[in-house]
Amino acid sequence: MTDTSAVSVSDRPADVAARLRKKRYAADRRLRAYGIGAITVAVGLLGILIATLVLGGYQAFTQTHVRVTFPISTQNVDADDLRGSNWRAVVTEGVENLFPGQSEEVRGLGARILTNNTQFFVRDAVIANPSLVGETLVLEVPASDPYDQLNKGVLDRDLPENRRRLTDEQIAAYDIVEEQGLVSRPFNWALFFNADSRFPEIAGLSGAIVGSFYALMICFVISFPVGIAAAIYLEEFAPRNRYTDIIEVNINNLAAVPSIVFGLLGLAVFLQIFGLPRSAPLVGGMVLSLMTLPTIIIVTRNALKSVPPSIREAALGMGASKHQVIMHHVLPLALPGILTGTIIGLAQALGETAPLLLIGMNSFITSPPGGVMEASTALPTQIFIWADSPERGFVARTSAAILVLLGFLITMNAIAIFLRQRLERTW
Amino acid sequence: MLGFLFTAIIVLSLAAFYVGRSAGNRFVAENGPATHSLAGYHGAFVAIWVGVPALVLVLLWLLLQGSVIDNLLLASLPPALTDGVAPGRMSLLLSEIKNTAVGVTFGEPSPELSAAADTWARWNVIAGWAMFVVALAVMLLAGFFAYTRLNYRFRARTNVERFLSGFMIFCSLIAIVTTLGIIVSLVAESLQFFSMVPPAEFFFGLNWEPQISIREDQIAGSGAFGAVPVFLGTLVIASIAMIVATPVGIFTAIYLVEYSGRRVRNVIKPILEILAGVPTVVYGFFAVLTVAPAIREAGSLLGFATSPNSALAAGGVMGIMIIPFISSLADDALRAVPQSMRDGSLAMGATRAETVKNVLLPAALPGIAGGLLLAASRAIGETMIVVMAAGLIASMNINPLDSVTTVTVQIVTLLIGDTAFDNPKTLAAFALGLVLFVVTLCLNVVALTIVRKYREQYE
Amino acid sequence: MSTTLSARGATDMSGTSAPSTTQAPAHQTVRVPMVDANLPRLKAKDVSVFYGDKQALYDVSIDVPEKAVTSFIGPSGCGKSTFLRCINRMNDTIESCRVLGDITLDDQNLYDSSLDVVELRARIGMVFQKPNPFPKSIFENVAYGPKIHGLARSKTDLEEIVESSLKKAGLFNEVKDRLHSPGTGLSGGQQQRLCIARAIAVGPEVILMDEPCSALDPIATAIIEELIDELRENYTIVIVTHSMQQAARVSQKTAFFHLGKLIEEGPTEGIFTNPRDKKTQDYITGRIG
Repeated sequence: MTDTSAVSVSDRPADVAARLRKKRYAADRRLRAYGIGAITVAVGLLGILIATLVLGGYQAFTQTHVRVTFPISTQNVDADDLRGSNWRAVVTEGVENLFPGQSEEVRGLGARILTNNTQFFVRDAVIANPSLVGETLVLEVPASDPYDQLNKGVLDRDLPENRRRLTDEQIAAYDIVEEQGLVSRPFNWALFFNADSRFPEIAGLSGAIVGSFYALMICFVISFPVGIAAAIYLEEFAPRNRYTDIIEVNINNLAAVPSIVFGLLGLAVFLQIFGLPRSAPLVGGMVLSLMTLPTIIIVTRNALKSVPPSIREAALGMGASKHQVIMHHVLPLALPGILTGTIIGLAQALGETAPLLLIGMNSFITSPPGGVMEASTALPTQIFIWADSPERGFVARTSAAILVLLGFLITMNAIAIFLRQRLERTW
Repeated sequence: MLGFLFTAIIVLSLAAFYVGRSAGNRFVAENGPATHSLAGYHGAFVAIWVGVPALVLVLLWLLLQGSVIDNLLLASLPPALTDGVAPGRMSLLLSEIKNTAVGVTFGEPSPELSAAADTWARWNVIAGWAMFVVALAVMLLAGFFAYTRLNYRFRARTNVERFLSGFMIFCSLIAIVTTLGIIVSLVAESLQFFSMVPPAEFFFGLNWEPQISIREDQIAGSGAFGAVPVFLGTLVIASIAMIVATPVGIFTAIYLVEYSGRRVRNVIKPILEILAGVPTVVYGFFAVLTVAPAIREAGSLLGFATSPNSALAAGGVMGIMIIPFISSLADDALRAVPQSMRDGSLAMGATRAETVKNVLLPAALPGIAGGLLLAASRAIGETMIVVMAAGLIASMNINPLDSVTTVTVQIVTLLIGDTAFDNPKTLAAFALGLVLFVVTLCLNVVALTIVRKYREQYE
Repeated sequence: MSTTLSARGATDMSGTSAPSTTQAPAHQTVRVPMVDANLPRLKAKDVSVFYGDKQALYDVSIDVPEKAVTSFIGPSGCGKSTFLRCINRMNDTIESCRVLGDITLDDQNLYDSSLDVVELRARIGMVFQKPNPFPKSIFENVAYGPKIHGLARSKTDLEEIVESSLKKAGLFNEVKDRLHSPGTGLSGGQQQRLCIARAIAVGPEVILMDEPCSALDPIATAIIEELIDELRENYTIVIVTHSMQQAARVSQKTAFFHLGKLIEEGPTEGIFTNPRDKKTQDYITGRIG
């Protein structure tokens, strides 16, 4: 046989080959560039997202306070009826102390520097310590939102007066207070320990955090045992037939059902048929558990699958029943994987918003819930509420609340990764 | 009260366990190896009998008590209260009574209302005590029954294991029950909706103004429930999201699988996972605060009229959200193509790009297509981004710079606030939910089937 | 010699030689001419390969004779496949892999930075252990190489190349009626011949074969072996095999690898009848493996 085809790469003139090669390499470089470009876009967008949140939110972690000296005079305050006393007058006298020797007009403007709820802060301080009656009370009072913004430099003094939220006189009044060294900006503990409020300067996340905690507890208590039991059955006991096939397909599809549909289910079944209370973390947790269940079943099955069959055979060979094999050997070995998956599932549930909106966990509630049946918000719904609020101060607080939520999520995922690395073994 | 009851159930079950176990220990001492089960199984057997029936009873009781009392109360109300109240408004009356009972009143309640509130409170207390007593009785009876069955030949282990198997089967059925619950509740409410608004109008009507139906004289046939613009808006936003996410996701996957070194991959993959783990409400806020104003600014700079809540902003941010979803599914699909294909092509002298284009992408196509379908289903069902960043007004419009609304936005707006289950406004949300569920379910089933077939092909 | 004849001849031969192990050396002595007449164009000098910190190959030097079959034998993990993959630089695709030493083709160093790896692989083709046709039609599989390398100026050109390559691989008559059905639908032996056709479609000078018959049954193996014997008229062939009988049957030169080192090389006949090294002898007689 002779070589009939003369076509071969080595037969080609060098310049032709080089030209073609150049073209092909250009195409290769182009694809690589597209890839790098795509990754840059994705990573860059994440960067922009986080930068926006951090830049927008970091200032909400501090809060401008004004040190005010309130004379608790007996003519305003009745030691026997502290709740019914004239606290408004006490606050007015405190404001007078802020502006020694200033006109009535300035004092009137200056009263706005303090938060609207100042009288309640003073009242609560005196109720906590009744011996103050007749003495003076020195209190760090949160500054109201526009002045807080002014102090943080968010509100630009150099703008023309008609384009900023404070007039020149108001700023002048604030400057009088600041010159006395009464203004401070400590860490904003209220963000974590106060519940929601109409006033951004005293609004906090405690109600949302407690609500989310309750809902997650309910979600865990339901979905963890049920998910593991279902996974054990499907993986270890169930015969392979049409019915278990249906269950399996069903679980996979349930994991991909839009979350809002679960909200509709919760609304129609838990609220409408069972008459459970609206806005309750109990209902929120139940809805979230239905959503988390497929995740937990899927990760548990994978964890069970990764336990080698030789262990099962060894135990069965010793005369253990199938239940004993699973309870004594397979489940303990699979547990790290199950826990990791469960934590990741719960982290997803923590960020879930839409179903909670439908069962009313987006109400305006000013105290943390006392139990799972009481109305409450959750962290993501609180973010939604604040994002919808018109006050400027809530913009920063929304970002801060998001950072808090992301902090919880990162912590949970870090725990999951830690567990996986410490406990999981490879066979 | 309730906490006390649950504690009682736990404590009694534990006690039952110890009693059963000591009986078991006795059998072992008396009969030695002739005893069928270990002592612990005897304990577990009695504990199950004490705890489980009582727990089931209490949970059912709690679920049903509310509606049973409500119905009894409604039946017992004096005509002075119920006269002239439409059947659908009864729930308002009920909540008024309950508010009165817990002391939340606006103005002085009428004597009938106060009386009803007292009745309600009294019945609740009675029901609580009745539950407590019944639960205790069940626990004692069941425990006694279980204890009398114990003897050395009793197959306690078999019984306990049978119970566990039953429990596991029950748990795996919950997934089915959930699906059924979704279907039944959506279909039931939708049927009620379609009895008020003809389906033809819903599916083919071009005018969507559900809010006007609050006024009672306009409830039926106002022509305001044509959902086509809502579907169209959903399609517009989901398409924008897919147009943004598909190239970025697929090129990312190609680069990570075919070009990058392991070190780059180990950095980029977790970053993409972070992108996937960010809650959607955060994306929504990002869309409203940053993206929408930016697009508007750019639009006005270029001389386009841009709506403040443009479809482009919502769809674009949704696209960011599904990038990691697409890239990880495409990554899996490309990685599933056997190494020998890659080697075969490279050994022919193909460049990486030629290998990707001519061999890997065609081979991975089913997997990638399945992934894209799943992503599309997610885009259609995504809620928070559009609730925060898309519009509320439905219009027949495919201009991405204009405001459009989506199915999920409408569901949320229709159901936030007071929800009475008797007017088409509320029920329309369930009809939309049914459409959403069916569409996403079809996409998911098709996608999961394709992906599964594809995996089997290379396994 | 026509392709149909050769295929039939191979089938006939398999009946006698392939299943039998003892007759193989005798078979080989009949069919194989002497090697040394062919000058080496492919030379390796002091080649060492590292995977990360682990050294897989130690200072291998060997000359590969032109238009002859050279076989690499040795126990598994001895580095023979690693060395084979160095020759067309497929080891580049493994991230942690480092290659030291020189491999030259016509005195050009294959690891020289000025050398183009894409073109190199067109000149040094490769056939893998498991048949790996692309999930495309038979035609597209063979046309793939000429297309990417721009060898066909027209559609007829391409058809000619595909036909002649399939003929050279002894596959044309079996598939000529279904050129456009998927290549994955062929039998294992046919798939492997398709891969060989795919490799020769770009007109390579050297064909590397990495245990090309290990996934095939004895009859398909015999056909491939016959084909290899035919191909050596036009191509330089290097084959890695774990079957000593196969090495004896098809190759003119044999190299024995052990634990990453080249222990012995020389005319196949010599290695099998009169090994100089004790390790080679132990391997050939079945004491290590």
